[in-house]
Amino acid sequence: MGKPLTVRPLKSSQTVGAVLAMQGMANAMPLLHGSQGCSAFTKVLFVRHFREPIPVQTTAMEQSSTIMGADDNLMEALVTLSAKSGAEIIGVIPTGLAATQGSDIRRVIRGFRQEHPQWNEVSIIPIDAPDTTGSLESGFALAVAAMIEQLPTPKRAEGASLARVNVLVGSSLTPGDLEELRDLLGAFTLEVAFLPDISNALDGHLGREAHRAVTGGGTGKGFFDAFDKAMATLVIGRSLFAVADGLRKRSVMPVLSFEHLMGLDATDELVTQLCFMTRRAIPARVDRWRRQMLDAMLDAHFHLGEKRVALAGERDLVAGFHDLLAEMGSHVVAAVIPHGVLHRPDISAVVGDLDDLETLANRQGAELLIGNSHLDSSASKLGIPLHLAGYPIFDRLGEFRRCRIGYRGGRDTLFALANLMLARPRRIVPYRSTLRACFTHSGAMNHDARLVSNGHFAHG
Amino acid sequence: MKRSEVAQLLDEPACSHNTRDKVTCGRLQPGATAGGCSFDGAQITLFPISDAAHIVHGSIACAGSSWNGRGSLSSGPDWHRLGLTTDLSEQEIIMGKGEKKLLFAIKATVERWRPAAVFVYQTCIPAMIGDDVEAVCRSATTAFGVPVIPVDAAGFYGTKNLGNRIAGETILKYVVGTRDPEPAPPRDGMRIHDINLVGEFNVAGEFWHVAPLLDELGLRPLATLAGDTFFHEVQSMHRAEVTMLVCSKALINVARKLEERYGIPWFEGSFYGIGDTSHALRSFAARIGDLDLTARTEALIDREEKRIKESLRPWLSRLQGKRALLYTGGVKSWSVISALQELGMTVVATGVKKSTMQDRERILELMGEEATLIEEGNPRVMLDLCRQKGADILIAGGRNMFTALKARLPFLDINQEREHAYAGYEGMLELARQLVITMASPIWERVRRAPPGEDTHPIEGEGTWVNH
Repeated sequence: MGKPLTVRPLKSSQTVGAVLAMQGMANAMPLLHGSQGCSAFTKVLFVRHFREPIPVQTTAMEQSSTIMGADDNLMEALVTLSAKSGAEIIGVIPTGLAATQGSDIRRVIRGFRQEHPQWNEVSIIPIDAPDTTGSLESGFALAVAAMIEQLPTPKRAEGASLARVNVLVGSSLTPGDLEELRDLLGAFTLEVAFLPDISNALDGHLGREAHRAVTGGGTGKGFFDAFDKAMATLVIGRSLFAVADGLRKRSVMPVLSFEHLMGLDATDELVTQLCFMTRRAIPARVDRWRRQMLDAMLDAHFHLGEKRVALAGERDLVAGFHDLLAEMGSHVVAAVIPHGVLHRPDISAVVGDLDDLETLANRQGAELLIGNSHLDSSASKLGIPLHLAGYPIFDRLGEFRRCRIGYRGGRDTLFALANLMLARPRRIVPYRSTLRACFTHSGAMNHDARLVSNGHFAHG
Repeated sequence: MKRSEVAQLLDEPACSHNTRDKVTCGRLQPGATAGGCSFDGAQITLFPISDAAHIVHGSIACAGSSWNGRGSLSSGPDWHRLGLTTDLSEQEIIMGKGEKKLLFAIKATVERWRPAAVFVYQTCIPAMIGDDVEAVCRSATTAFGVPVIPVDAAGFYGTKNLGNRIAGETILKYVVGTRDPEPAPPRDGMRIHDINLVGEFNVAGEFWHVAPLLDELGLRPLATLAGDTFFHEVQSMHRAEVTMLVCSKALINVARKLEERYGIPWFEGSFYGIGDTSHALRSFAARIGDLDLTARTEALIDREEKRIKESLRPWLSRLQGKRALLYTGGVKSWSVISALQELGMTVVATGVKKSTMQDRERILELMGEEATLIEEGNPRVMLDLCRQKGADILIAGGRNMFTALKARLPFLDINQEREHAYAGYEGMLELARQLVITMASPIWERVRRAPPGEDTHPIEGEGTWVNH
């Protein structure tokens, strides 16, 4: 048994991550198989974070279906959603309740297919991401893995398009990050297909339509058919490395995986690969962005060098921030992740909650906190600034889409972090020597008289 | 919790609609259900008891997404915002280690914070696998010398409303009547009367607009269930002279049982709007029957109404004749109508999904027989009604904010997650201010305009509402 009591949780459950991934699919609806609260809590979490409507439905299990079996609930929900919501993709996500009960969602889905062939066009994706293991990040990854399972068997010798790349993105990337990545790949004249794609769904734009029952934007069903036409697949985030390994076994298409894209080194690595893949030099635009980041690094290093930072977040985000900061000469003195292992022996991260982070940050003398909005009280208690990252961020506008990756994201993040250090109230308490009065009274010595005439001690 | 107990809770004799066939409380439809579960209802009711610790026994899904999510403010400790949970893992569930973990969690909590009490919330998974939370709580109470109270409101028991009631039942069963209040400090020539406020959650600190008035009148709230209140206060609720049921019927079982067991009369009221606030204050005086209190209440009402009407004057001209579509539940479905009417606005339609028959009757009284009542508030219905009725603003809960904003329609949040305090006389000023801020904003014509080079679009949203 681990720590018996979690205080101020850092962890969000896997189903939350799966729901997030489903938001990046087009005309989709995540369906949580469980009691209604699970969908309500998840919805509110993301509504507060993105300030957008969040489609999510529930099978509304109650007392008798909990005991007697809830297959009918799932079946009824699938019928209702297929008939009424206009969903093209339904992600069926069992909650801890349904998982503990032992609900066999695949059997119910098979039954639904047999009984209701008129809705064969609706893709129904079972996503096993129970609440009782993992966290948001792994739930998101499991949802991506479930979607990858939808891929058709690879056709051999089909002409690959030299202009197209598939990009699988983990949960640490924001809508702004995806926009940046699309721009960066676009500069190499590559056409990008993201899975999933929250950049055109949850980027905070005012759409033409006033209301949609299902997700807008997102990855369409066409992604799966066109997948094998791409020249390569990029995988961003260690949380998706298992998916990347599966793809390598599936076909001969090159799969390039990146732990994260934060900081100069990581971005340089990506750009190097892109130059190699497209057989061209770094595009002028990208080179410019890079030079801007270099300049930002110069300016910011005065304020970030040797600074002690405490971090709380999902693993990909912690690794990314660590590397960005390490490039600047900052030290991550405390890092807390919600579960699992970081796979980075150079970073000492512990599994825990925000209470643990506060304790560690205090003990280690951290000067800057990085994490979600719930760290606000720790920041004020410790009297150090907080840079917001992760889920949820509910007390600032626009942070949900802050870009941190690539050269431009790196540049702006460095500015933001350095500005937090610059904006700190001065720590030095003014000290007035009790002896000082004596000098002025007893007649200043020669060099003091000179200072007075220079105005330095004019009011001394 | 047994099914029969749940049925009993749903069968509330003090509900006026309970004599007829049930129109509410029906079965939830899979695939078309919104709203929170019983656990949610229980936690929002009890968490504001802020010198107690609140441990959620379950997987991270329950506390992980919902902790620190409510705007109920405390003047004391902030322990209701700690997000304490046992965070059960797969292995612990399979091996049946939940109860043991819970016991250790309670121990850690008591040792670290020394809370006045510990509330333990049962959730879906441990309820289904049969964790005996009640027994753990009993042992913990003996072992640690602090009241440890089980709240058996797993999500699958039913709706949020049921959770409210379970929380109320829990308070009656374990807390009320276990301690007498301290004698009130004497005040010159004034008798102090003890009162209860049930269903007052101090959202955004709004009760602090009302509390000074009660103070001035010599009305001492023994407890506010539950907003900015302490455990020992809730223990002493049985000694009050009168109970006011503040918000909705969610906790009507508490008001009724306080009357049955301790002979405390109760009335239903609201602190939204000038008239309703005055009415609530008068109701206290009337129920208590202290002539001196009545006289002082009238004087205070007279003074406060004059004052607030004077302060509201500059705002009224900007609100006069504006049309609102209201979608909220319970008491607010009528009390906010009268508040808006006092500001010179017209309510063109109101939601009644969570309103009782009695609430409906009051709505008809206020809005007239032609009132449009919205039974089912899905976004489509609300937007169509806004268009049809020429509404200037949608007033609803936070989750509907984007229904309005995406349709380029002004919006005001009236439910729990809101950031502004609307209760009492002073709250009316805030309400007027916030209404003007959104409705009079210069952004609306810009966001409704068609994009350059495009004719007015027939699509709802862009290019519509232009001449509104």
